[in-house]
Amino acid sequence: MTDQQPRDVEDDLGGTQTVIESGSPQDQKATETTVAQAGGELRQASLWSDAWRQLRRSPLFLSGAALFLVFAVMAVVPQLFTNADPNVADLSRSAEGPSGEAWFGYDIQGRDYFANVVHGARVSMAVGFFTVLGILTIGVVVGALAGYYGGWLDAVLARVTDVFYGVPLILGAFLLLSTLSNRGVPEVSLALMVFGWMTAMRLVRSTVVSVKDADYVQAARALGASTWRILTRHILPNAVAPVLVYATITVGLIIAAEATLSFLGIGLQLPEVSWGLQINSGLNRFRDSSFLVFFPSLFLSLTVLSFILMGDALRDALDPKLR
Amino acid sequence: MARYIARRALMTIPVLIGASFLIFWMVYALPGDPVRALAGDRPLTPAALAAIRDEYNLDDPLLIQYGKYMLGLLQGDLGTDFAGRPVIDTITQRLPTTVRLALTAIVFEIIIGLTAGVLAGVRRGSYMDNLVLVSTTVVVSIPVFVLGFVAQYAFGLRLGWFPIAGLSDGFRSYILPGLVLASLSLAYVARLTRTSLAENLRQDYVRTARAKGLKPSVVVGKHTMRNSMIPVVTFIGADLANLMAGAIVTETVFNLPGLGRAVFDSVLRQEGFVVVGIVTIFVFFYILFNLVVDILYAVIDPRIRYD
Repeated sequence: MTDQQPRDVEDDLGGTQTVIESGSPQDQKATETTVAQAGGELRQASLWSDAWRQLRRSPLFLSGAALFLVFAVMAVVPQLFTNADPNVADLSRSAEGPSGEAWFGYDIQGRDYFANVVHGARVSMAVGFFTVLGILTIGVVVGALAGYYGGWLDAVLARVTDVFYGVPLILGAFLLLSTLSNRGVPEVSLALMVFGWMTAMRLVRSTVVSVKDADYVQAARALGASTWRILTRHILPNAVAPVLVYATITVGLIIAAEATLSFLGIGLQLPEVSWGLQINSGLNRFRDSSFLVFFPSLFLSLTVLSFILMGDALRDALDPKLR
Repeated sequence: MARYIARRALMTIPVLIGASFLIFWMVYALPGDPVRALAGDRPLTPAALAAIRDEYNLDDPLLIQYGKYMLGLLQGDLGTDFAGRPVIDTITQRLPTTVRLALTAIVFEIIIGLTAGVLAGVRRGSYMDNLVLVSTTVVVSIPVFVLGFVAQYAFGLRLGWFPIAGLSDGFRSYILPGLVLASLSLAYVARLTRTSLAENLRQDYVRTARAKGLKPSVVVGKHTMRNSMIPVVTFIGADLANLMAGAIVTETVFNLPGLGRAVFDSVLRQEGFVVVGIVTIFVFFYILFNLVVDILYAVIDPRIRYD
């Protein structure tokens, strides 16, 4: 945003008035006085406060956030949702359908299915968050190095990224995991990280390249700021908005990928409680007891949906061009 | 232009080598002996073991192994599976199923995705627009294999319109798996078309066309669509490669005897030679399609100059 642009500022009464924004403290003071005399209040209009104001009113974001909260609480304290012990099995109730007593019925071993599905939220959330955390770490480090230093380092890192881009996510993770005989949350997250970091790297790299020669970065350099400080304080904050949008949506996609791998029998292993595994074992009874596939699928899809809704709304809110 | 194409094509060579080496390394160098699975419960005699290790060059350093494998690959020799059948035969036999599946998916993507995108983009904020936005969000959120079950349950089991699995019913067998495979990309195509069309409709040349008194259908269909289609066309092109990789899930769910199913089966049987062969072919396709799309992009949009 350039200075000296007339802009509309909303005041408390809901009307708008035009003020001149400018940099110097005196002008700022004068502006505040003018606004105060008019009975208003000058509102900070940063990208984030604008975005937050828009998000608060977005029904899509609010429903996504509400869904996310439900599943997050479910992942941390599943006991809040169910009193039943997910491990108590009563074979006489094997694959009994939903009833008032057991909302989701019983699985093939005769365990309370609602309790099992609720307890499945934990690994999905864990894999989603660990993986995206790893993806962001790799993406930011590699992207910042490639973008900032340029030259041969950039060329090499760009080729390495291309190589990983050449292997589709599910296919790569599938192959990597097939070589491991013990596959828990860390292994699955790692496999998804190895083949999932490239978009984050390109996102960060392009932001760094686009701002590294900006005047304010040169000013910081002229003042003797260290490379670390320039990168962390002046350049990388520009990447926060696009990376945040990307990360939110990616958590959802990674959760879907984990379930896909577990469903294929190459992700998490029993006795881990995971939606992918539940769908896989419910499949044997698909014709007569389709609820065994339906309920974990529903929870899985709703979890993914919550992240996609939040990510979509964030993108709309953080991209001023779309307003 | 020729220089750009040549440079772009040359750049894919290190990527191809890197990606195939990555796959090779994952299957051969990571813990787990590729011969162990072959032997099953009865241990092999040392002589038989040595013969097999020699046949697949397993005692050479990894780089030499890889080099010998790639030399064989360039001559169409991808080794044999445990039953002694050449891997290349498996690939040529199963490729048509995967290609047919991917093409069916592309057709759905174009017909449904484009129609939904145009209907939404022509009037932003309309009922149709919101409907498309909501339904694409829902489709993107449902993992492909779950969507597969829903389709099997609804159209196969309940309504009985299409076969649930297998290839017994000729062309009709491809409809459900094709639709399921296309679902994710279909949603993206719809959204991309919508955004692109809505953006272009705000341009001056559209206002000019309207001011000339042209019919709305001509303004949208002839003037605006041409420009709006550029990102969509490139997306669909690049997606063909994605669809082939996505076949691993769809073919497993619908039990289609394609390449994806072959990868799945051979990973479970721990037949490393087959896995490396097929996945390498997948990755070659993937990178090749992306190259073609990059070049097409430069050809269809004269505003883009690459020198």
